[in-house]
Amino acid sequence: MMRTEILVIGADPDILQTILRLLNAEESWHADGVAGVKEALTKCSIKTYDVLLLGAGQTMREEEELKTELKRLYPALPVIPHYGGGSGLLFAEIYLALGKMNQAQ
Amino acid sequence: MAQTVLHTATSRGGADHGWLKSYHTFSFANYFNPERVNFGALRVLNDDTVDGGRGFGEHPHDNMEIISIPLSGSLQHKDSMGNLATIEPGEIQAMSAGTGIYHTEYNKDKDQPVKFLQIWVFPNKRNVEPRYDQLKINAPEKPNTLVQILSPNPDDAGVWIHQDAWFNLGKLEKGSKVDYTFQKKGNGAYIFVLEGEIEVDGQVLNKRDGFGIWDTDTFNIQAISEQTEFLIMDVPMEF
Repeated sequence: MMRTEILVIGADPDILQTILRLLNAEESWHADGVAGVKEALTKCSIKTYDVLLLGAGQTMREEEELKTELKRLYPALPVIPHYGGGSGLLFAEIYLALGKMNQAQ
Repeated sequence: MAQTVLHTATSRGGADHGWLKSYHTFSFANYFNPERVNFGALRVLNDDTVDGGRGFGEHPHDNMEIISIPLSGSLQHKDSMGNLATIEPGEIQAMSAGTGIYHTEYNKDKDQPVKFLQIWVFPNKRNVEPRYDQLKINAPEKPNTLVQILSPNPDDAGVWIHQDAWFNLGKLEKGSKVDYTFQKKGNGAYIFVLEGEIEVDGQVLNKRDGFGIWDTDTFNIQAISEQTEFLIMDVPMEF
């Protein structure tokens, strides 16, 4: 089975772990987590992701730099800002991102 | 011409965890409906009932403006900023989760359920410093008028949040009518009925129905039944 690969960026380690636990509980998804922009770019250079979930804790400048760099290097990779910090909106964010990807294909 | 959307009470999503019964107007947790994700910056409208003595253990939030409005019973809040507070009907709580916050929410009463609305509004700025606020809601100056309970301005009536949103509570007697004018161009209003039956620009709404209206400057609300209570959430449609 093809799994959807998700990279999550989150500066707060506990919130990041909560998000990873929730995402990895879904059989068809696999999520990795990193704390910051540099690590995210490194991860993306060694593994192909389907969705990047941008969690809390980066500065506005870092967020913009990341989006610009990802758009340049991986134009098809959707970058989804995550809101809420837990299970409330997480699944809808991923479902909507995947829905848009399917429509585009 | 005004655009509208109607979400009847029975069309909401729901979750029954035994100790927690929740109705979701918009997609939340395991309830996902791509047609019901948000109304502008209004992302979550949960109508929760928590059994006596039960509650939400410690859990995180970030980047969201979270508003709680108790309808009956009392809800105890404790968070990682050191706040310990109980909110009851007639009060409102607002929390900017920003860079991250942890909190617990428990029904303080062992015997009675607590019913409350939990409302999430997208912030207009990500990664703000977390903050907590709680206020008693003022009584209306005159009968059959609206009371502002939330705004973007710390000096204005009610609690404030990081978004160009204004919330008003209304209690109208049968036959009474109020006109509402939007606070900001480009905003829309989501009206949620707490008690009774009202009519919004000709649309009849019953208890727990939700109705969104936008692309207009003003609308009116009329009470059809004896005792009515409703919440108007005036939020940006683009944010």
